[in-house]
Amino acid sequence: MKSPQDLIRFLLPLAVFAAGLVLWEAIVRAYGIQPYVLPSPLLVLKTLVADWPVLSQSLGVTLLTTLEGFVAAAVGGVVLALLFNQSKWLEYSLFPYAVVLQVTPVIAIAPLLLIYLQQQTAVIVCAWIVAFFPVLSNTTLGLNSVDRNLAGLFQLYGASRLQTLLLLKLPAALPYILGGLRIAGGLSLIGAVVAEIAAGSAGAGSGLAFRIAESGYRLNIPRMFAALLLLSLAGIVIYGVLALVSHLLLRRWHESALGKDS
Amino acid sequence: MVESIVPETDANNLAVRLRGVTKTYDSGVRALGSLDLDVSSGEFVSLLGPSGCGKSTALRLIAGLATPSTGTVELSHHGAEQRGSHRVGFVFQEPTLMPWANVRDNVRLPLKLARAAATDAEARIEAALDQVGLADFAAAYPRELSGGMKMRVSLARALVTDPDILLMDEPFAALDEITRFRLNNDLLSLWRNLHKTVIFVTHSVFESVYLSQRVIVMTARPGRIGAEFRITSPEPRGEEFRTSAEYAAFCREVSGALAPSYAGQAGA
Repeated sequence: MKSPQDLIRFLLPLAVFAAGLVLWEAIVRAYGIQPYVLPSPLLVLKTLVADWPVLSQSLGVTLLTTLEGFVAAAVGGVVLALLFNQSKWLEYSLFPYAVVLQVTPVIAIAPLLLIYLQQQTAVIVCAWIVAFFPVLSNTTLGLNSVDRNLAGLFQLYGASRLQTLLLLKLPAALPYILGGLRIAGGLSLIGAVVAEIAAGSAGAGSGLAFRIAESGYRLNIPRMFAALLLLSLAGIVIYGVLALVSHLLLRRWHESALGKDS
Repeated sequence: MVESIVPETDANNLAVRLRGVTKTYDSGVRALGSLDLDVSSGEFVSLLGPSGCGKSTALRLIAGLATPSTGTVELSHHGAEQRGSHRVGFVFQEPTLMPWANVRDNVRLPLKLARAAATDAEARIEAALDQVGLADFAAAYPRELSGGMKMRVSLARALVTDPDILLMDEPFAALDEITRFRLNNDLLSLWRNLHKTVIFVTHSVFESVYLSQRVIVMTARPGRIGAEFRITSPEPRGEEFRTSAEYAAFCREVSGALAPSYAGQAGA
């Protein structure tokens, strides 16, 4: 926090958050609202602590699924983009299907996947389907944004295709790839949750989304809120980690990672 | 086609020979030609002309970055067989550095692409950086450098393979005057010491006369050779040459030849 302006930008959302919680707590108390209708923030916090053994285990399951889906999406997206970049034929043949996968709502695909795949696999595939497209399209954009003169320089010095790819195209595309990964991180969490909810209604699973669905059936509303809180926090942490990685990789050279005055 | 068929024993010691070269783009725009050009080994030649006269295109054809629509481009190679096409050094209008790599790695690039031995490479990189006065900035990233320094890195990268022919495409056009003058002087001393053939594209009469042994004035699109001047002033040239009557006379003469190229253009 360098200036008062920055401090205000940091503190203001926190103040709004705190005010919201106080208001919520006050309303619940003033009207005597039952916990199975709307639990107070304090109760949610208490439930989070009390149910931590169950919730933490579910959090672990969801995070693992998200990570697997994310890695699959990152690798799949980048590799597909590289293949498309090397062969126009491949791009023309397959790209429309990537778009189809992207625009079909994953919530509608998940039940089908659960029929044909093992549950664990189906959940990962769901996370992959939602998350791989931003990686693919961003990487493609990056690979096509190589400086024309630099490409000429590589040609002049007789660079092989592999050298051009590794030494020119991939580094040039890195900021775009990282942008895609940042979107993919949040999306793979969404994919995992959607698949868990779909699977949860089929009666199996133990991830956070399953806990939410299960708590809903049992009218354990405070636990629903506690699990939701954990999901939100997980999403924020995933985004934060990816933004940090991106910053560390780009800070020496890319405009996006540089301060305004440097 | 870029061919290397001029034998070492060829008379006149030619470095570059263009015969009947034309370039027509896919859009149908005739950019160049027909162009006949001989450049002797060790000569400093400027191609001077208005924007869009095809002088950059000519340079790209010589470099092998584009192929002529008709005609032949021949480059001699004086050295051994390993002196392949990359023995041409090219300096672009922009520094064209890899922003993700530091100065040393940017200069290393041509060697890396040619898979040169690592020990030899380090020494060559040091030497190239020394030649352009950037030995202390090897670890800096391009964005940390001024425009003039970036151009020096670009020059070091062109020199690192020890090419016979140095092709420069308006390399100093974007720099301020003081920086450009300094780089002009440094380029001249490099040329004197390293005995390279230099083909220098510029739209500045003053720069072309200051640097060159021969100035070739090109006409507006499609680019042809309009006039040729031998700048006979003796080497080494320095700042006093810039203010000499002889220099002014050459500039006046070359400007006169350049004027018709601008005649048909709006705003000229």
